[in-house]
Amino acid sequence: MAKVLVKGNEAIAQAAINAGCQCYFGYPITPQSEIGEYMGEHLPEMGRVFITAESELASINMVIGAGTTGTKAMTSSSSCGIALMQEALSAMCCAEVPGVIVSVMRGGPGLGNIAPAQGDYFQALKGGGNGDYKIIVLSPSTVQEAIDLTYRAFHIALKYRNPVMLLADGVLGQMMEPAEFGEYPYKDPDVTQWALDGANNRPARNIVSLHMPEGEMEMLTNRIFKKYEEVAKNETTYEDYLLSDAKLVLTAFGSVARVAKAAVKRARDKGMKVGLFRPVTLFPFPDKDLHDTAKKANMILDLELNKGQMLLDVRSAVFGACPVEFYGRPAGGLLTPDMIYNKIAELYAKLENTTKTEAGVR
Amino acid sequence: METLVYKRPESLLKDGHFTFCPGCGHGVVLRIIAELLDEFNLQKDTIAISSVGCSIFLEKFFNLDVAGASHGRSPCVATGVKRCKPDKFVFTYQGDGDAATIGFNETIHTACRGEHITTIMINNTNFGMTGGQASATTLVGQVTTTTPAGRKAELTGYPLHAAEIISKCDGTAYAARVAITSTKNIIQAKKAIKKAFEAQINGLGYGFVEVLAACPTNWHMTPVESVEHIDKVIETVHPLGVFKDITAQENK
Amino acid sequence: MNGDMSVIISGFGGQGALFAGILLCHAAVVEGKHTTWFPAYGAEMRGGAVNCSVNISDSDVPSPIIDEADAVIALNDASQEKFEHKVKAGGFMIINSSLSHLKTKRTDINYIKIPLNELAQKLTQPAFVNVIALGAFLEKTKILKIESVKEVMKEMAKTVSAKKAALLPNNLESIEFGANIIRQQMVTA
Repeated sequence: MAKVLVKGNEAIAQAAINAGCQCYFGYPITPQSEIGEYMGEHLPEMGRVFITAESELASINMVIGAGTTGTKAMTSSSSCGIALMQEALSAMCCAEVPGVIVSVMRGGPGLGNIAPAQGDYFQALKGGGNGDYKIIVLSPSTVQEAIDLTYRAFHIALKYRNPVMLLADGVLGQMMEPAEFGEYPYKDPDVTQWALDGANNRPARNIVSLHMPEGEMEMLTNRIFKKYEEVAKNETTYEDYLLSDAKLVLTAFGSVARVAKAAVKRARDKGMKVGLFRPVTLFPFPDKDLHDTAKKANMILDLELNKGQMLLDVRSAVFGACPVEFYGRPAGGLLTPDMIYNKIAELYAKLENTTKTEAGVR
Repeated sequence: METLVYKRPESLLKDGHFTFCPGCGHGVVLRIIAELLDEFNLQKDTIAISSVGCSIFLEKFFNLDVAGASHGRSPCVATGVKRCKPDKFVFTYQGDGDAATIGFNETIHTACRGEHITTIMINNTNFGMTGGQASATTLVGQVTTTTPAGRKAELTGYPLHAAEIISKCDGTAYAARVAITSTKNIIQAKKAIKKAFEAQINGLGYGFVEVLAACPTNWHMTPVESVEHIDKVIETVHPLGVFKDITAQENK
Repeated sequence: MNGDMSVIISGFGGQGALFAGILLCHAAVVEGKHTTWFPAYGAEMRGGAVNCSVNISDSDVPSPIIDEADAVIALNDASQEKFEHKVKAGGFMIINSSLSHLKTKRTDINYIKIPLNELAQKLTQPAFVNVIALGAFLEKTKILKIESVKEVMKEMAKTVSAKKAALLPNNLESIEFGANIIRQQMVTA
């Protein structure tokens, strides 16, 4: 199949359709409304389900309904809309209901603005829902990857019976670039062993998230966390960009990572040993790989469009193996290649000086 | 000759027994639902959506597939299930706190969309499970744990009349309020729920039945007093009746 | 570092700045190049400030965000004011002199002033200032063939409404006319 010029949001929508998404439930919010518009145009004519719900609360709970029947369903929203879904996401993890949530981050807090941002890393990863739970979070950096990760999101949502979030930002949602759809590459698991379709010739089933008997909830949570260990073992993904000899390692996710790449290229042209570690899965976070990378590096520079959110996971993974610096802009401010390059140059000069001083002392 | 006078509905679990307070209305309504599902031969083709409140433990009583919903969102979960499994029978079982208070927006929109699902809403004019706080349907003057001096209209407004409002939605096929305070009323209630079920079975639209039910524990009344309270007091505020029946309109 | 050509197209909502960028990107794909299009706009549907950043390159485009552009197309005065400093030294800026009478501030870039709205009046109506500007830009830079854009327009006409498709001849006329402006030097320095 040839490459086509496609907008990030529309790429996600078309990929969802290709992945066999039978239902889309959503509520409009900039900068992701194209996803709902695309679904509204295409799903009904395919005999699939499209509903503009009364709210994001309703959207995600409709996804739950579809998910309990083992049907592939998704919703999409942005920042404040995703905030309204937190209770349901917690319930989905508890009741083990699959579903795909696309979060196209805008500037916050509050209503914020409609500019691209990454202020909802905590929202996705640390959750606003109650209790111990984990959403699987995938972070695309290009329109091509948005397609590939949308496919993967639908597959692993069913595979692990857990909500999967595609965490994009306004840059990726709104930008266009050539990409190739290909075909949905996964073979999905059989759902008939657990999905609800009426208690016909089998005992009645239930998919609920209230477990009152003493100890039941603890056992369930422990079992689900065992599952998360499996997820970490099987699904952890990151991109290694010029890391092998990097003294200064950049960490960034989503659209910032590609801007950072431009800066890394330029720094390499100037002879600086700089690389980029880009987590593709934010949960599971590639902490072991990042730790190993940090052990070989002299410094980590974490870049984000927020006040430092993934930074906590980066620090936790690095665990003192090398110093961690942060550079970011919140609430819709963008990082440009120049800005990142200048920061690289500044830190790299410091590193060189320190190395020289140390050598001098020796 | 032996005559079978009692049979446990297939739609109820063999070893399930109701765990409600003495005099509570839930058991009667669940039994009616189970009998009707049997009558329509739907036990194997039903997905029930539970809600939050005393209405929650459906899987402990029903021999049916059950999906649980967060507080107020049963109609959304039901919508998702029904749209994926249009040939299955899907109903929500909710209280007034769930369907008429936190989730009334969802109830209205589900009605307006004309979803082919059925909602049975138990109205006992308070939040029963959490200990009898005032809900949207609480009567003016009613004493609850959050209105110890009685609900004052000037402070907290007036009770919400769910069945009447839902009857105004174009996608609603059937909307009624019933009580289970007498044998006659229970028969009427069963007829109403049957009508609401038929609306779904025949693909006519949303069915909504509000059932006035006693909550003796939180009302601080005996079961007998509670029944009298419904008939003499609550029904003056939440009157019984069929507020919409599109099949009746067709028959005219 | 932003690829072989980076351009910012800016105007007020309704002038078609975003669409001109989309045409450019599609034409880049036609020629097998790498490209990115990234828009920025206010909350309004019409009348607000909008712009898009377009990169065209023979290799992968990492950053869709442009620090300094090889060229800026400013369809109104606000765009000129906003993006004049964003032009790379040695780059150029197309200014719609019908809608901007601002003095130019820099000596290290070239200015191409075109009275787009006035010139558009000479064409079959409706004519499109964004497409005329795009024609001028392509003729000036030769980054892509005018023919590639025409091919894109023809392809697009097959998928849009009949009403929009009927405007294909106007679009083709506008882009050719834009190129002619540069060819015949109908510009003021």
